[in-house]
Amino acid sequence: MSTLERDVLSRAELDALVREQEEQLADLRSRLAEWQRAFDSSEKRDAAFATVSGREIEPLYTPLDRAEADDVDALGLPGFYPFTRGPYASMYRTRLWTMRQFAGFATAEETNARYKYLLEQGQTGLSVAFDFPTLMGYDADHARALGEVGVCGVAVSSLDDMEALFQDIPLDRVSVSMTINGPAIILFAFYVAAAEKQGLSADVLRGTVQNDILKEYQAQHAWVYPPEPALRLIVDMFEWCTEHAPKYNPISISGYHIREAGATAAEELAFTLRNGFEYVERGIERGLDVDLFAPRLSFFFDVHSDFFEEIAKLRAARRIWARGMREKYGAKNPESWRLRTHAQTAGVSLTAHQAENNIVRVAYQAMAAALGGTQSLHTNSMDETLALPTEKAVRIALRTQQILAHESGVPNTIDPLAGSYYVESLTDDLERDAEAIFAEIDSIGGVVHGIEQGWFQQRIATSAMRQQRAIESGERVVVGVNRFTDGSGAIEIETLTMDPEVERRQVEYMAKMRAARDDQAVARTLAALTEACHGDGNLFPKILDCARAYCTLYEIRHGMEQVFGSYKEPVSF
Amino acid sequence: MPDSSAQSTTADLAKRFRAGQVAALARAISIAEDQRPGFEELLHELLTAGPTASRVGMTGPPGAGKSSLVAHVAHAYRAQEERVGIVAVDPTSPFSGGALLGDRIRMNDLATDAGIFIRSMATRGSLGGLAATTKEVLDLVDAFGFERVLVETVGVGQTELEITAAADTVVVVLVPESGDAVQAMKAGLMEIADIFVVNKADRPGAPRLAKEIRQALHLRAGHGVQEPSGHHGVDLTQVARDARPTSTPAVDSEGWDIPVLETNALDGTGVEALVEALGRHRAWLDSSGELDARRRDRARGRVRDVVEREMRRAAWSSMKLQAALDEGVDRIATGAATPYSVARELLAQLLR
Amino acid sequence: MTDSQRRVRVLVAKPGLDGHDRGAKVIASAFRDAGFEVIYTGLHQTPEMIVSAAVQEDVDVVAMSVLSGAHMTLFPRVKELLDEAGADHVLVTGGGIIPEADMEALEARGVGRLFGPGTRTTDAIAYVKEWFAQRETV
Repeated sequence: MSTLERDVLSRAELDALVREQEEQLADLRSRLAEWQRAFDSSEKRDAAFATVSGREIEPLYTPLDRAEADDVDALGLPGFYPFTRGPYASMYRTRLWTMRQFAGFATAEETNARYKYLLEQGQTGLSVAFDFPTLMGYDADHARALGEVGVCGVAVSSLDDMEALFQDIPLDRVSVSMTINGPAIILFAFYVAAAEKQGLSADVLRGTVQNDILKEYQAQHAWVYPPEPALRLIVDMFEWCTEHAPKYNPISISGYHIREAGATAAEELAFTLRNGFEYVERGIERGLDVDLFAPRLSFFFDVHSDFFEEIAKLRAARRIWARGMREKYGAKNPESWRLRTHAQTAGVSLTAHQAENNIVRVAYQAMAAALGGTQSLHTNSMDETLALPTEKAVRIALRTQQILAHESGVPNTIDPLAGSYYVESLTDDLERDAEAIFAEIDSIGGVVHGIEQGWFQQRIATSAMRQQRAIESGERVVVGVNRFTDGSGAIEIETLTMDPEVERRQVEYMAKMRAARDDQAVARTLAALTEACHGDGNLFPKILDCARAYCTLYEIRHGMEQVFGSYKEPVSF
Repeated sequence: MPDSSAQSTTADLAKRFRAGQVAALARAISIAEDQRPGFEELLHELLTAGPTASRVGMTGPPGAGKSSLVAHVAHAYRAQEERVGIVAVDPTSPFSGGALLGDRIRMNDLATDAGIFIRSMATRGSLGGLAATTKEVLDLVDAFGFERVLVETVGVGQTELEITAAADTVVVVLVPESGDAVQAMKAGLMEIADIFVVNKADRPGAPRLAKEIRQALHLRAGHGVQEPSGHHGVDLTQVARDARPTSTPAVDSEGWDIPVLETNALDGTGVEALVEALGRHRAWLDSSGELDARRRDRARGRVRDVVEREMRRAAWSSMKLQAALDEGVDRIATGAATPYSVARELLAQLLR
Repeated sequence: MTDSQRRVRVLVAKPGLDGHDRGAKVIASAFRDAGFEVIYTGLHQTPEMIVSAAVQEDVDVVAMSVLSGAHMTLFPRVKELLDEAGADHVLVTGGGIIPEADMEALEARGVGRLFGPGTRTTDAIAYVKEWFAQRETV
């Protein structure tokens, strides 16, 4: 029986143990010195030994890199504080990650057909991609929507379109993720109203709406209102969902777009978590019980090309969140400490040249996501940098996840890389970097002030420029782009093109819908909404009334804009 | 050297300029900005009527919200059906000679308003907050018929004195983050401001900054302070021991009462008061004769600029003078002459 | 004054509703570093806003980044409005997720070269410099 297994050690035993460890360390140091000599005298490849984010990597990691760490506390066990090793005790032994492919294009009918196909193919969750007009709160027949209707996603301009989108898909049996932010509360109202039409009440709804406006200001730029009213609407969603839709995630705090816009892994990690804490603070300020709404906060991270750094990032994210929630925000419910996340492979890492190579990139990234312990995953299609993905490309992307889940053996054990000197060191480093960035954000006056000053935007742009230079100088190799370019000429894969008729058809649907609805109900519910914006009550019930009356997306957006105003981009170079 | 085709182009451009074609104004600005051959003839042709517009300059540190305030003020003038020309100056990169001009971002609401003209300028190496040709560009915008001309300086932090020579009214925009009133005084801002704006008035520190500036203006005007301040451990009432009655407003030497306004450029709070103050300053300029004086100063400066530029060109385009310089440098190297003696010789040749 | 200070003036714009400005900002910075004067308009620009800015700023080049798939609407519209405004000397170029066949179709309609993902900024700079050197002086 080892001394460690007994509860109490005698003084002599303790001294002996310490001596033994000191001897081991001394031995390790002398062996390391020997190794260092061997390493130094070896020839080295001419390459940059750094991550995609520019983090310098040591040639070797050993226990000495983490001599200070207390792994019992820092790692914990899966499903237990601080969740470094995973949010759940049994992880993929109970349930594989949800394979959730983001899809949406053209009209609601056509997207509905694609959803049914994906569900038949074994996909386990739906994810709605909206077109740009919808993302910005414009109807398909608004002048600003010209040329963009149904192009990069589906156009949903009213309850009518939302009903068509989920025609014959029972919303109590499928979890639906909606990627929408600026006007998220309006689309969520359409969704709740569509469920009502199926005879379902909100308490059976499962799924997530992205609803993360802070990262929109920082990176993705699909905003509508200025930060303060936008944050009010988000807290309204927290409050309403806690009471009426307890299984629904009213936000997905997203690093994905921050990273895609050019941030480093550490910046993605820090900005995202700091945004998350901002939402928590806003909820608490409203007087909500943190342990009622925090368990429904979910996350969304990018999984980029640097395999180990990405795994470490997800592990660090869980630990930082858990510590912050428990220690700083006083959450008592372990559910509030538990960071659950969706992940997506890095669109920005895909290349137009030799596009089939993207299948391989996506596969490695997907593996990193699984090793990092994600709860759901979207794998990108190989042709996404060329055009909208074809059905074949989408299928291969999904098959990539299925091979990972069922053939690779990766999900067999929980957090298999724990204890790796390298992965644990990286996890610690990322946590430290994030803490340093938190301090910087505090020093510039917090998240909203940083946004208004363009601080985040500036920082992301600087990182993007640095990465571009690294690629152009050849310091960072991109296969098929700046090395191994044989065969990088013409694009060899088939791509999907959009039918320009979609826009016309969508505009026609809208005209029919407008003609059929009760104009008085529209005017009445909109006026009530605008009136309510002056007060400080929860706006969701008013928006839901508008949705039920078939007010359009833009009408509702505008109804609030009259009071809230619109957001203007700060200059950030 | 303008050839006949260049002259006909100039005539054509001038015709289109007078016909109110925006593209002609834009091109005339480029010609002046690049100092392309014949630009002085073009300016002579176009600037016959003299200045009529009310010219407002906005200066202040980066991030103070100058562009946003310019946009708000422009909106206010548009609401009164006045046409507004805006010139925004940003720095040229000393490394590449290129520039990233981003001020339009803040003015996107105005982008398609036919009563608004926005032009971005790079400093092209000029210090002092404006480009070397910003004054000419303002003249062109004025001559084109805009009632209001707004110019925004670079705002890189150093004192941007050039603005006083380019605008009738200078607005200095400060934010709590840009430092306290003492720093503003050291930077010489008290001397150039006709109006002070403390932007981001919702931030902590804004009311205090406004108060400090008011106190500093009073001290500078030889008055005491309005309110005692115990903030910094220095009792300003002691400093200004023989304080006059506190009701006397801060008045600069020519009789203009410099207002200190608080705004929030994000939501437009305080813009109305700023527009009103601009109107009052303009009225004061008119009634006091100060406007005429400032315009005469500007004209005098412009003539001197042109003469100096031409003298410089005449000097260094002369082969003879270049040769004399080379020869002089040789003599300096051997100790036979000094830079001063060689300069005297060259000047003697030039002015002969 | 000896030489005129002619610089290449480029308007970099994000037309349409797509907010992904990474490419636009990277190219704007690269153009600046190449010695161009870059006017950056920001996001969510309509073709009318872009053309109005191009005319007021008297630019040589309008460079647009379109990732939303709306390129077949946006590029020709900007070109058309520029021509209407008498600014047909302005080069319209850009980049984004644009299939090769569409690039060719747009070129046939008077749009300049377009650049796909993975383009080196140096290639875009070289293209603009070459065009500028060879353009008809206006």
